[in-house]
Parts: sequence; structure tokens; C-alpha cells
Amino acid sequence: MKRTISVLVQNQPGVLAHVAGMFAARGFNIDSLAVGRTEDPNLSRMTIVVLGDDATLEQVRKQLGKIVPVVKIFDFTGQNLIQRDLMLIKVAAPPEKRSEIQAIIDMFRAKVVDIGPKFVMVEVTGPEEKVEAFIDICRPYGVKDVVRTGMIAMPRHGKSEK
Amino acid sequence: MENEKPTQSLSQSPPTQGTKKGAQVFCEILQREGVDLMFGYPGGVVLPLFDALYDSPIKFVLSRHEQGATHMADAYARTTGKVGVVLVTSGPGACNTVTGLATAFMDSIPLVVFTGQVKTPLIGNDAFQEADTTGITRPITKHNYIVKDPRDLVRTIHEAFHIARTGRPGPVVVDLPVDVSVADIAHHRGREEMDLPGYKIRSEGHLRQIKRAAEAINASERPVIYAGGGVILSDASPELRAMVNKANVPITTTLLGLGCFDESDPKSLMMLGMHGTAYANYAIQECDLLVAVGARFDDRITGDVKRFAPQALIVHIDIDPSSISKNVKVDIPVVGDARNILSRIIEFIESKPREAWFARINEMKRKYPLTYDNSSEGIKPQYVIEEVCRQTEGRAIICTGVGQHQMWTAQFYRFSLPRHFVTSGGLGTMGFGFPAAIGAQIACPNETVVDIDGDSSFSMTLNELPTAVEHKLPVKVCVLNNGYMGMVRQWQELFYGRRYSKSYLQNPSFAKVAEAFGAIGLTATKKTEVPKVIEQMLAADTCCVVDFHVEREENVWPMVAAGKGLHEMDGLPTDTSERV
Repeated sequence: MKRTISVLVQNQPGVLAHVAGMFAARGFNIDSLAVGRTEDPNLSRMTIVVLGDDATLEQVRKQLGKIVPVVKIFDFTGQNLIQRDLMLIKVAAPPEKRSEIQAIIDMFRAKVVDIGPKFVMVEVTGPEEKVEAFIDICRPYGVKDVVRTGMIAMPRHGKSEK
Repeated sequence: MENEKPTQSLSQSPPTQGTKKGAQVFCEILQREGVDLMFGYPGGVVLPLFDALYDSPIKFVLSRHEQGATHMADAYARTTGKVGVVLVTSGPGACNTVTGLATAFMDSIPLVVFTGQVKTPLIGNDAFQEADTTGITRPITKHNYIVKDPRDLVRTIHEAFHIARTGRPGPVVVDLPVDVSVADIAHHRGREEMDLPGYKIRSEGHLRQIKRAAEAINASERPVIYAGGGVILSDASPELRAMVNKANVPITTTLLGLGCFDESDPKSLMMLGMHGTAYANYAIQECDLLVAVGARFDDRITGDVKRFAPQALIVHIDIDPSSISKNVKVDIPVVGDARNILSRIIEFIESKPREAWFARINEMKRKYPLTYDNSSEGIKPQYVIEEVCRQTEGRAIICTGVGQHQMWTAQFYRFSLPRHFVTSGGLGTMGFGFPAAIGAQIACPNETVVDIDGDSSFSMTLNELPTAVEHKLPVKVCVLNNGYMGMVRQWQELFYGRRYSKSYLQNPSFAKVAEAFGAIGLTATKKTEVPKVIEQMLAADTCCVVDFHVEREENVWPMVAAGKGLHEMDGLPTDTSERV
């Protein structure tokens, strides 16, 4: 089962290695991991999607808590979340197929960010399922490259972070 | 470093004027942290630090290998409760501390290990004696640092000591590039206060959970307390004894918990687990309440975890929340410091006779005593340990290596005092015993320190003999020499059809080895010689090694084979009628 946790860490060298190393050493499975600075330059936020049951998640939380530069851990399990994944995808787009592909892009509210003689590069954002649906639908045309940020998430208002 | 001359003016000039090198500040901050003793080994990039130590009142113990230094500091910490401190050089020096760090990490021992590092502009260039020390040590330390900015030096050292000694203790590495050691700190004054927003310790214990735990104890018919190294780390032995006595509950300890309760007390079940007593293991399987204090349900304790304590409600007192429900589902967790919690739990405890339960336990004690056959001519290793225990009245500080001799020591030495048993439990580090004994003897000069060791374990670190001799340490070493890696051989006998693959050693005369290093060497080959030679050993005022040629294929019993339930022990006494 996929679960999302969000981890505030002190912005210092080695902290990503520490978190990633702990996951590897203890055999936890990371589905995705996204890191970025927060509004406070001393803090970064990691959004980690973990595969595991309740007991695994509890251990993940506790083991993260033991890492000294980890300041706060938020388990988003069961919360109403806004989730976003950002993808850049290069799809084969010979001139005769371009209008067809453009229709798909419009349907997904994605946008073309680059275009060449053979490919278009498209930016897609949204929940994971949407991003993955876009890949699937582009497959018949030929997908050359995919880059994704990994999921980031924030609970909707009312579900206050503890 | 090569172009930096060691400073000549080591006078304590005020920080606002003149120069003060990082190395001098290092020594001052260590003193402020209460450090009066360090272990270690010099090398290229730590020369400025060693130069500053030349004028420092901090005593330095030079080991013969960095692993030895780390184990010495570890034993210093285990016997005193203070933080053990190590200083080594970069690259190979740092790498050689890895085994010691992992040993301390697994057993939650507070260490601060300072490692030299190449100067910051060279980091990452594969410079001479460069290793990624923080990368290598990250998974085996509680935390680690590299100080790349001299302004962070003071704060980092304070944080390192704070993290090592508080909460669930553990080793911390501070990697010090040489340019930081020679930097003029007076011109690089940074924030000195600790900045640890994510480091929180729950030491108090939640009152509601404490009450729930007490109620569970009061309600139980057949309770058992299972105490681990956490009791010793938090100096909670008096509180534990008071609680056990008030509640009137039988108590078993882990390997690292030995000494937290007096084993001669009728309520003691001694050690549990793979080589624990049969009555401790049966008591666990029959109890209706198990109270774990500062223990972590290791696989050597639980056997088959699915069948562990099947009837018991489980209370778990531990300072590390990640220990709770990690291996065994806990019903009543109490997160906090063992000493705090035990001292508060006692208020809510009612004394109960529990006659039926103690009758059952006494019956099991009669039926399944810890025993061995001592009728042969040869020396039984268990007999040596019993004799050491008798002659030291159970009051010596005992260190061990890892293997059969370690388990026999746990079984046949009667421990009654906390911080008197120094052994590598979690990591199981062979070679730990002898350097540990050196560290323990330095920490406790007035105590008798005996390393009960195996021939294979001792062979791994006997290079520290000159350290013991140089410091005139009357460390005693009992080598229970069976010419095998005894525990490896035992498993090969039991599980690999007696195919003794590579578990045999051709040993030197350990007595002659000792003599060559300037220690006393003795040898015993007959049972009748044992009491006398131990007497001689204990009377020696310098390091003394006794090579006991023990029976070669003696096994450790009882034993819960890997994967078996705790009640499925092999090697129990079959005919108990004579012993009752």
C-alpha cells in the first residue's frame, strides 16, 4: 500500500544520504522521494511515498524520528490531500500526428514546452494517476523520455498538521 | 597541514586577541565537557590536535590499533557511565574504528570519536589517507558530523557530546579536516549554543501509561520482568530492585542486563534466550504478563518470535520509541527513561504473594538447573569461570570476547552489580574482551578486571598487550583455550554434521606471548591446577594472561536453536533425580 509522509529536515549536508540510507538499511521501500527547500532557508521538506503496511509505516516514522536533523514528520495517511507530480515527457510527434497529440494534451490540461522535428516535449502536472494515464495514452505514438519530480503533497485546509 | 607550523605560543591568550588554533579550542572544549581521558592513535592530519594535547591535562591512552582504542573507550563508558572519547587520524585510522563504532551503536554506548580528515579543499579528490568517514560511519553511529567551517567547531563538539550521552545513548563521529584544526578560531567565532531542533528526548514517561503498566502488574498472576541493558545505561538498577521487591515478581535479564539485579536473589531467573536458563525461558512462555525494561526483543532473546510469550500481555518500557513493537507487538508501551519510569511506577505497585507462580518457578529451577559435568580430569571451561567467580566473590569487572566463553561467563559467573559486565551483545564482536578490559581497568583502577576470553577472540586483539603493560594495568586474561572457534565448532557439530570447516586454530603459547610483551604468562592444563593459578593471576600486580587448556569439544547448554520457540531447548539435564 502506498503511503505519503512529509518530513521537515534541517537543511544541511548529508541529511538526504542519511534518510535514504536509513530506508535502504532497514529494507523499507521508497516509491518516490521529492526534496526541496521551504520558506525557511534552514529547513527542507522531503515528501516520501512509501510502500508498506501500518506496522512498516510506524517503524518508518519512528526511525525517521531518530535521525538527528529530522525536525518533524507528518504522516498523511487517511488525510484529504492535494497531490502533485510534475512530469516532462518527450513524445514522438511526426507532423501528421501533431493535431491528434495536441488534442490529448488539451484534454489533460498539459502543455507543450518544446517542439522539434520529431518530438514534442510536454509538461504534465497532477496526481500520480493522471500523470501515468498520460504516459499510457502516449505510448502508441512512442515515448522517448520521461522525467518526473516524484510526488509532493499537502493536506487540504482543516486537516491541520500536527 | 605541511605548510602550517605548529603554534609556539600555547599560552592561554584570551580569544579576542592573538591566535587560538582550532586544536587548542578542541582541547579546551573537551575539558569543558568533562573529558579527562582519551584513547586513540596519531597520524598525519591529526598532528595539530596531538600537538595541542601535548600541553593539555587530558590523559591519552595510546592503543596499538584504532579498533582497540574504540573498544577501550567503549568499556570506559560502560563501566563509568561517562562518554568514552577517541581521537584517530583520517582514512585508515577512521576505518579502523568502524568495528568499535558498530559495537557501541548496537549496545547503545555513548562515545565521541574524533577522526582527522584531509583539508577541506582536498575532500573528494582521493587525497592521501582520505576516506569518506561520515559516509562510512553514518549507519553505525547515532549521528555524525564533518566540521568544514571553523566557526562550527565549538557548537559541533557540544552537540556531539549531548547526542552521545542523552536519550538512547550511542556513538557520535566528528570528522575534523586539518585546516579546521589549524584555523585561527579567534577570528572565526561562531554560534556556540547547540542547534538541534529535531532532537527531542521523551525521558519522563506518560503518567497514564505508567499507571496502566502498574495496574497490569497488580492484576497479573504470573508476571515476569525482562530487564536489558537500558536499565544499566540509565543507572536504574536500584529502582528496578526496589520495584521487583515491592511487586514480588520474578526477573530475568538479557546478556547486557546482567548485573542490574542480584542473581543470588531467589527472584532472579538469570539470563533468558538462546543460551539462557531453562527456567527463565519456560517462565517467559508461561507468564501472563511480561514487563520489558530497557530491552529490545532481539532474536537471540525471543527465539521464534511468533511463539514468544504466547500468553502474555506485554508492557515495554524503553526510551527509544522505535524499539516499541518493532519485533513483538506491545500492549502497553511506556516511552521514557527507565529510571524515571521505574521510580514512578513503584508508587502504584501492590505487593502480592504469587505463591503458585513462585512454586512453579522453583520447581523448574530444581528440575532444570544450569549445570555441567565436571567429573573428567580435564579442565571444564565452566569450572574456570565458577572458580574466578568464587575467588573474586562475584565482584570483579568481567569482560569477554564473543562465543562459547561469553555464554558460559553469562551462565556461570554470578553477577550482582551493574556496570560490572562488559560484553559485546548486539554486534557480537570477537576481540572485544581484551581492549575492553584495558579500558575498564583504566576507568576503574581499584577494581579487579578479568577478561574471560576465548583463544580465537583473544588472538584478534592481543596486540594490545603492550598497551596494558605500558600503563601498568593489572588486567587479568583467562584464555579458555580449546583450539577452536568454539561456537562456530558447536554449530558445525550440531547443524553441519561435524564438518569442522576452518574453525580450528593453531595457537601459540599464550603464556609466552604474554611474556614477550612484558606481561605475566601462566598455563594450566589440569583441573587441579585451576584454583592455584587463578589465585596467582589475581595476586599479580601487572597484566597477567592465563592459558587454560580446556576440554576441546564442550558445548554451551541449554540451547534454543535458531528458529525454535524458547521452550524448545536442547541440552537440558535429563536425569534430574540426583541433582534435586
